[in-house]
Amino acid sequence: MFAKLILRDKEYEVRPGMSLLDALKKNNIIPESVIAIRDGEMITDDEILRSGDVVKLVAVISGGSKNYEMS
Amino acid sequence: MKCRRCENKASIHMRQHKLALCKEHYLEWIPEQTARFIKKYKMFTSDEKILVAVSGGKDSLSLWDILVRLGYQADGLYLGLGIDGGVNYSHESQKLTEKFASENHLKLHVVDIEKEYGNSIPMLSEISYRGHGKPCAVCGLAKRHEMNRIARDFGYDVLATGHNLDDEAAVLFGNTLSWSSEYLLRQSPVLEGSDGLARKVKPLCRFYEREMTAYAIARGIEYIYDECPFADGSQSIFYKESLNLLETARPGTKLIFYLNFLEAKNSGKLFIEKNERLSQLHPCPKCGQPTSTPDFCSFCRMIEKADTNP
Repeated sequence: MFAKLILRDKEYEVRPGMSLLDALKKNNIIPESVIAIRDGEMITDDEILRSGDVVKLVAVISGGSKNYEMS
Repeated sequence: MKCRRCENKASIHMRQHKLALCKEHYLEWIPEQTARFIKKYKMFTSDEKILVAVSGGKDSLSLWDILVRLGYQADGLYLGLGIDGGVNYSHESQKLTEKFASENHLKLHVVDIEKEYGNSIPMLSEISYRGHGKPCAVCGLAKRHEMNRIARDFGYDVLATGHNLDDEAAVLFGNTLSWSSEYLLRQSPVLEGSDGLARKVKPLCRFYEREMTAYAIARGIEYIYDECPFADGSQSIFYKESLNLLETARPGTKLIFYLNFLEAKNSGKLFIEKNERLSQLHPCPKCGQPTSTPDFCSFCRMIEKADTNP
């Protein structure tokens, strides 16, 4: 089972066992542009993602809804 | 990752400070640092009355929260701009601001631009032809005018806004790209007041946008998540995103960019007149070429160093 990252209306499936930082980078999400919340608590990006985890990403730049991705 | 203060699990890691903190200690750290910045930049004293410009966003609501937690006399000012943008933007942001004020028993001034002046911001923009189809120029002008009016009419000593470091760095980046020297020289955590003009301060100017988001979340502050619909695709957002790419690759880039700018500006060395610079040159005692460094020129010092360390 995958872990899931949710940023606004977009979902990203990631492999469990990966750190949050690696998962963000792998999905071209700028780590500096989000705060991650798992089970209602903020987590740091060295956290290892577990199978079935749902991580909500809160965009820190209000209004930057289109371009969180690294190009 | 563990909290530096208590060894519990960290909730936030601030790479630029090499600092990780748990939620409880983060909620202590932010007001501590804010108090430090207020003192460092001589923003205001505990005797002064502060008017906080609140938009319903994370920064301004957090600023109000922090100032009240620090014991300052801080009232809020909400400006109803009449912006809908298909998301009922102004209405939603006003609702959240009023909710925050009432839950925390705080005094909030509300000025509705349309009720006060007969037209909303988008309408004023259309009528005045300012801003090339976007009401941002009109909005900025109206905000500055109204914030100052309320501060003056109600006897506030200082006007505080929730600009964070990302806001400041984006402005700085834009003004640097265009070498807008006048604007660069004006950018500061404190804009001194004068007759009829309130002093303006930015107590959050050294916190990253990410840190302010984390503060609002950790404090349970309900804020408007969406930015103004007219800000979509704006240059300032593009600059912020560009700076975040640099920050990800080199943590601390934004902080250094802003702090070194303030230092250079305050030392008076940011813009030196050409003639002034030339008059500071003197001939190098060794080679005779003009140099600004004391004693030997950099080249001669380098050669000398190489000669003594073969």
